[in-house]
Amino acid sequence: MALLILGLFVFTSCQPQRRADLIILNGPEIETLDPQVLTGQADGRVSGALFEGLSRFDAVTGRGVPGWAERWDVSPNGRSYTFHLRTNATFSTGEPITADDFVWSWRHAADPLTAADYSGFFFYVKGGRELVTGASTNFASLGIRARDRHTVEVDLTNPTPFFIDLCAMRIMAVVPRWTIEKYGDQWVRADPLPCSGAFQLMSWRPNDRIRVRKNPRYWDAATVQLERVDFLSGDSPTTSLNLLLTGEVDVLIERNLIPLELNDVLLKRPDFHTFSYLGTYFIRFNVTRKPFDDVRVRKAISLVLDKRRIVERITRLGERPASALTPPGTGGYNPPPGLGDNASSATNATDYAAARAVNIVEAKRLLAQAGYPDGTGFPSFTYMFNAGGGGGSRTHEQIGVEFQSMLREHLVLQMELRPVEWKTYLSEMSLLNYDIIRGSWIGDYQDPTTFLDCFLGDSGNNRTGWRNPTYDGLLDQAAATPDPKKRFELLRQAETLLTLDEVPIIPVYNYTGLYAFDPQRVGGIHTNLTDEHPIWAMYRKR
Amino acid sequence: MSESKLPQNGPSMVSSISVEAVHLSPNQKTWRRLCANRPALISAAFIALVMLLAIGVPLLSPHDAVHGSDSQFAPPSLAHWFGTDVHGRDVFTRVFAGARISLLVGAVGTVVSLIIGVCWGMIAGYVGGRTDNFMMRFVDILYALPSIVFVIVLITTLEGFVKQWITAISPALAPAGRMMFLFVGLGAVSWLTMARIVRGQVLSLRSRPFVLASQSLGASNRRILFHHILPNVIGIVIVYLTLTVPAIILYESFLSYLGLGIQPPAASLGTLIAEGAAQINPLRVFWWLIVGPGCVLALTLLALNFLGDGLRDAFDPRSS
Amino acid sequence: MNYFLRRLLFMLPLTLVIVTLAFFLVRVAPGGPFDRERKPASPAVERALAEKYHLDESLISQYLRFLGLKWERTPGGSLRRAPGGLVAGDLGLSLKYRNHTVTDIILQGLPVSLTLGFLAFGFALAMGLPLGFYTAVRRGHWGDWIGSLFALLVICIPGFVIGPLLILGFALKAGWFPVGLWGAPLQAVLPMVALGLYFGGRVTRLTREGMTQALQSEYIRTARAKGASELQVLLKHALPTAVMPVVSYSGPMLADLLTGSFVVENIFQIPGIGVFMVNSSLSRDYTMVVGLVMLYAVLLLVLNLLVDLAYSLLDPRVRYE
Repeated sequence: MALLILGLFVFTSCQPQRRADLIILNGPEIETLDPQVLTGQADGRVSGALFEGLSRFDAVTGRGVPGWAERWDVSPNGRSYTFHLRTNATFSTGEPITADDFVWSWRHAADPLTAADYSGFFFYVKGGRELVTGASTNFASLGIRARDRHTVEVDLTNPTPFFIDLCAMRIMAVVPRWTIEKYGDQWVRADPLPCSGAFQLMSWRPNDRIRVRKNPRYWDAATVQLERVDFLSGDSPTTSLNLLLTGEVDVLIERNLIPLELNDVLLKRPDFHTFSYLGTYFIRFNVTRKPFDDVRVRKAISLVLDKRRIVERITRLGERPASALTPPGTGGYNPPPGLGDNASSATNATDYAAARAVNIVEAKRLLAQAGYPDGTGFPSFTYMFNAGGGGGSRTHEQIGVEFQSMLREHLVLQMELRPVEWKTYLSEMSLLNYDIIRGSWIGDYQDPTTFLDCFLGDSGNNRTGWRNPTYDGLLDQAAATPDPKKRFELLRQAETLLTLDEVPIIPVYNYTGLYAFDPQRVGGIHTNLTDEHPIWAMYRKR
Repeated sequence: MSESKLPQNGPSMVSSISVEAVHLSPNQKTWRRLCANRPALISAAFIALVMLLAIGVPLLSPHDAVHGSDSQFAPPSLAHWFGTDVHGRDVFTRVFAGARISLLVGAVGTVVSLIIGVCWGMIAGYVGGRTDNFMMRFVDILYALPSIVFVIVLITTLEGFVKQWITAISPALAPAGRMMFLFVGLGAVSWLTMARIVRGQVLSLRSRPFVLASQSLGASNRRILFHHILPNVIGIVIVYLTLTVPAIILYESFLSYLGLGIQPPAASLGTLIAEGAAQINPLRVFWWLIVGPGCVLALTLLALNFLGDGLRDAFDPRSS
Repeated sequence: MNYFLRRLLFMLPLTLVIVTLAFFLVRVAPGGPFDRERKPASPAVERALAEKYHLDESLISQYLRFLGLKWERTPGGSLRRAPGGLVAGDLGLSLKYRNHTVTDIILQGLPVSLTLGFLAFGFALAMGLPLGFYTAVRRGHWGDWIGSLFALLVICIPGFVIGPLLILGFALKAGWFPVGLWGAPLQAVLPMVALGLYFGGRVTRLTREGMTQALQSEYIRTARAKGASELQVLLKHALPTAVMPVVSYSGPMLADLLTGSFVVENIFQIPGIGVFMVNSSLSRDYTMVVGLVMLYAVLLLVLNLLVDLAYSLLDPRVRYE
């Protein structure tokens, strides 16, 4: 009918484009491309391709390696860095990148008026904390200087062994000063957009795709093999799978777009790859609410959780049950055993069963000691979690169901499940309006402090109401310790306090992610703990 | 949907009614016509069966709808007629526990929408004039507001609040909190069409001779409304009742798909289907997770629709 | 004519009321657009973020700003109207997609949703009218049972089941169509069917209703008595009246279709605006929600008006005062 003709007419108005060299399913539509302001991982992937800083993430190790700075010197006390920039460094539009640009970029990011959520990274830089909290407005006091056109000097608050990793963060990237001064907040919509990364922006259709093309002025342009890359945005795991299976997309890189019900089937396929990354799934107690202010109650509930069952039956990606908050191997750190470690580290089924039996007996004893023998008199309470929707995963709900039956079976406790949608979940968690709530943390860099800092007394990410001056003190001490062994020892002491003695959280498992690409057709994607897969390293195999 | 007048029922015909039937009241005639309609009868029987199963199965089943077991994802067998799910729960029991909840949601939601809608429509239609105009404009405004926005705000905002209130009354009722909230919320979203229809009907009845006669005899408005108008409105209301229930049940399944539905571990048919939808993939299908709940839901809704059809035909004096 | 003009004029204040309702309603829900898993670096940063989007102002002030009727003092000291706002045709920046304006996003996604919506509308009519006609004519016989059963089935099975089934059957197993995305004509077929089936079922039922009613009315008997052929009776006399309920349903049906369906756009990954309504409410993207509500309201009101116009043209008995 006439309608069909109309339809076809509108169709032809959609520009037919040449297929990109690589099509990546990036995840939900990104919120912003501005590297200083972004928070989402999907945003970071695209922005990371467009903007770069002093260092960049290595595709294989996920650690910081030279970016626009070709080398650097570190002072003996570890608090001063001198970066030597590459000469004839320019933006994609031709303007030179100088040390002054880095100074300006960092000052702009640390300015609270820029409203950069991640500006907390500047706390590691001298003078950064005062600027970010608004205590000072003297931007010259930020510990970064341009000694000359190609040399940047940075002073740190403490010796920070992972500082080079930090420099690769999106917020530390160099941004075009004159564009921002001209356009303000919406500078990423400027056309042409001066980019400092391996690629430059071609087009951006919200909820559809972002197309980038190779930046010939990138310092490493010679090794970048992709000419055009498309980032697709999508929300539905089953659709993502379909697109992958039919070859419409080449790489599926967003963990949340994998249909988790099919985990065991996907694991067996050659185009799906698992990897461990810096993330831990845990459960928070609201320690300001009775009866969770009693450490015995918390320990009892923690001991009863059968983490192996959850990992084997619900998540099924071969995750490792965790008794510590920090994933083992984070920056060479091995966490101390937490509560229930006998079960988490059991290597075979008999050992595990024995450990479980011991733990359950102990849990019952603790609960009785706390005044609730066999659960009598224990008030009913709720477990809150965010509900997955729109075809998304129901993992949190399934874990909740299992948790509920474990508590009922072993401790005779009545726990209600309360799924809420995402924003309500965040709001209730911040307001401490919950009994027990599901939580997780993904690390930003390969050092245990990215996890342990969350539970400092005044950290906004704490959200359990738990404060322990000894813990805070240990972390402060560790920050000021230059000797790495001693530093790790202090951190282990702090973590023992957190996961063995006080238990305001129950670590459940360390995340394992899944991503998909056909290794016969796509190369240059490696697994690393930071989950960084820079686009410049990827290529198509002929 | 508009102020236009739909073609009204013509004067009643006499030709096709037997001598005996002339002495039956309109309601009795309706009942007869209904009984003659085979699909409607079968549907009514099916719905009765489902209701019976919904009450009986969760009570009598050796398995629990809520507690798991160790046999995960077992296909249908003698022990588990519809197989098991990810937690090892018996799907057959869950389906009928779910049917119970779905029917409850549909029924209560419909009753809520009925009460609000009928009252609103009756008052608007009867009083007429400015009040009618105002009330119907209000309905228009709410109609133009996408219901999903309203529902999301309702659920997220008031749920916590209502829960506290319910727990204060009786802690045992707490898990039912979200459920009750859902009923009321869904009903609150669907009363609009009912109001429109009732108002239309009342408008046409208002100028009928028997109403005018009643008024001239001095009967109070309340008496007229409840004694004369309401019985004549009941017919069309019942028809729409049986059609609103499926609409509400489907909307609840959409909400479950979005993650806003019934609180686990309880589940409605809609929740089960939303979960089972993930099984429609090319790699591995645990078909019993979607076929079981899907069939029960589809058949129940079909039956409700057929019953509604039959009722509508029965209430229409012109159907042969 | 007078009536329609009045309706048209009335649309403006009506839309304003609806938009105002949405404005306040969406801000009532807990949580804000900038709540994230990771807390901002400092309270100063949090404050600055709220200030950027004027979320720190009172609701009334934000509302006035939204309308474009807020006066404020410039740093220079003079009073001037805050830029933007409804009177300037500016719906504001999306609070979630911070580099795009609401108008931007709607203008990008609307053509896609419109195309899909019209296609589905065409499909629904192409399926529903003949099927409804057929089942009404064959009423009480097998053709009626099967046809009605089919129509009812597609109404009773949720869209998020039908969609994946279509994909599994026709795209993955048979390979006739692509599994999703948008841009080529073939990519529109499955979404069109997935979207249109439900409405096709509704149209079938309504047509069947209307035909049955029409066939029993007096003027049909008159036409038959006058000796007109059965086909003539059916097509020339019964069908126009039978189509009335479909016409009046077309208004809300089109409004639903044209603003995009969350389920279909989510499953086929189509870049329309359907997913935005749900996602914006869930992510508390206030400006986006209000913009979309306005779009939907205007669309619905206009379509209702057109439907009433069509109604009055089709049925001479209908009068408006």
